[in-house]
Amino acid sequence: MGAGHAHRLYRHGHSPVHGLPPHTKLAATFAFVVVVVSTPREAMWAFGLYAALLAGVAYHARVPAGFLLKRLLIEVPFVAFAVLMPFVAEGERVEVLGMSLSVSGLWGAWNVLAKGTLGVAASVLLAATTELRELLLGLERLKLPPLLVQIASFMIRYGDVITDEMRRMRIARESRGFEARGVRHWGVLAKSAGALFIRSYERGERVHLAMVSRGYTGAMPVIDEVTASRAQWAHAFTLPLAALVVCLLGWTL
Amino acid sequence: MHVPDGFIDAPTSVATGAVAAAAVAVSLRGARRELDERTAPLAGLVAAFIFAVQMLNFPVAAGTSGHLLGGALAAILVGPYTGVLCVSVVLLMQGILFADGGLTALGVNITNMAVVTTVVAYALFRPLVKLLPRTRRSVTIASFVAALVSVPASALVFTLMYAVGGTTDVSIGKVAGAMVGVHLLIGIGEAAITALTVGAVIAVRPDLVYGARGLRQRLQLRVNGALVDAPAPDEARDGARTAPVAARTSRRALWISGLVTSLVLAGFVSFYASANPDGLEKVAADHGIDKKAEEHDYADSPLADYGVKDVDDARLSGGLAGVIGVGVTVAAGTGVFWAVRRRRSADDVSPVSTSV
Repeated sequence: MGAGHAHRLYRHGHSPVHGLPPHTKLAATFAFVVVVVSTPREAMWAFGLYAALLAGVAYHARVPAGFLLKRLLIEVPFVAFAVLMPFVAEGERVEVLGMSLSVSGLWGAWNVLAKGTLGVAASVLLAATTELRELLLGLERLKLPPLLVQIASFMIRYGDVITDEMRRMRIARESRGFEARGVRHWGVLAKSAGALFIRSYERGERVHLAMVSRGYTGAMPVIDEVTASRAQWAHAFTLPLAALVVCLLGWTL
Repeated sequence: MHVPDGFIDAPTSVATGAVAAAAVAVSLRGARRELDERTAPLAGLVAAFIFAVQMLNFPVAAGTSGHLLGGALAAILVGPYTGVLCVSVVLLMQGILFADGGLTALGVNITNMAVVTTVVAYALFRPLVKLLPRTRRSVTIASFVAALVSVPASALVFTLMYAVGGTTDVSIGKVAGAMVGVHLLIGIGEAAITALTVGAVIAVRPDLVYGARGLRQRLQLRVNGALVDAPAPDEARDGARTAPVAARTSRRALWISGLVTSLVLAGFVSFYASANPDGLEKVAADHGIDKKAEEHDYADSPLADYGVKDVDDARLSGGLAGVIGVGVTVAAGTGVFWAVRRRRSADDVSPVSTSV
């Protein structure tokens, strides 16, 4: 945890996917997820094709399958929820292995699992092939309000600092024999959070003064203007367009 | 509570997306007022802080653990507008980078976890701080209540979205029961940690707590063993201070007792009223509490919770809805009251009334 999440997410590489301008990748990922979500859940084969498409992108970007699968573990809480669904949903019931399951619940579970997993996989691929700073530039190019982009960029830059601070405090707690076991320890955690806030806020004030003294006027200068050619847009949108074809097939078949 | 893709159907996602965008636009406007020229760096810092704090898991009884949502904490520490922005940015980054919460469900997530928690928490916090005596402790208490209500409120709003645009037909009663039951527990944790955190910050740097700005004590000097107000430049206009203050405290006491009574009525009495439908009026109160505690324990493990008849949870959520209803009503009522009073005092040119 010490190094912060930020750097572990990105996988350095020089593949064609890495080289695409960030805003085309962002837009393509978003379009892909929208297409996946609007696919009817009965068309099971369509989701298989989507997964194949994503696997193609991963191969293209030289992201190993193990890396992708490990990052997919974040989804586990929803898997637990999806597994429960067939037991609690109403409607027609069906016997599977001696358990009475709801048909609509099974469909719902499949729906959440398939679409959720594909969405997570798409975001993981995006984060693995795009550097953080580029991602923020891309968001700015996509006309997100500049204040939001700035908040996000500061958040990411402070993120590691604060995580480090938190790790130091945790090690200090643990080296004194502390382990959060129950309600009685909430007070300690809260005092840690309070101290963390004060420490990082004071640090933020110092950083802000340093920035002001170097001429910061409330906006970051953009040095490298990222533009995307038509070919790059086309390249990036291969994925969502292919997905759209699958989706249309899914609706018609 | 991050909602994944495909959980809420497309029209509802679009609608919540519009709500979220509007809320963020309003907050962008308001945040400049709260943090003046330091907006972006410090808001980014607070976002990073919220992000870090969301990783701080706290154990909720029996093997479950929850993490802070942070909406209430952000609202109290840096103000509601900046709070909405910070939590929204955290959610955006979590969606894009950490794949936590779906991209198409971003509107749902922002509305739920950034807007509802922050607004509910602040709408409760502000009047409470004004009503309670002007001490540090009352800020802590107010933040406890605000955070406590904000989490189940967000769970309720999620249930509402689910009712409108859920993709599976699990009955709404079950979803509401499970969501509110679990999030009530998480809410207690969130409340305790928020209150203690705010308390810890206020003890060291009270100037950093946005919600406690009006709390600065007058400087007092000890002269011959008695505490005397230090002469202030604006002493003259505060000359006739004692009489209205006394009047205000009594009215304040009345307000507090009214608020507490209605909260107790709405929250707990309605709980008991429906908890014992077969007329067990003579059961001692502590028996009732024992029973409630057991139900809470069941509510812990979701499976048991789903499986057990959901009447218990309906009661729970009923009582909770009562509390939230009272909270919202009180907030709205006092809001109107203050707006009217502010208007009146703005019309009045004399500085005495504006300083109250």
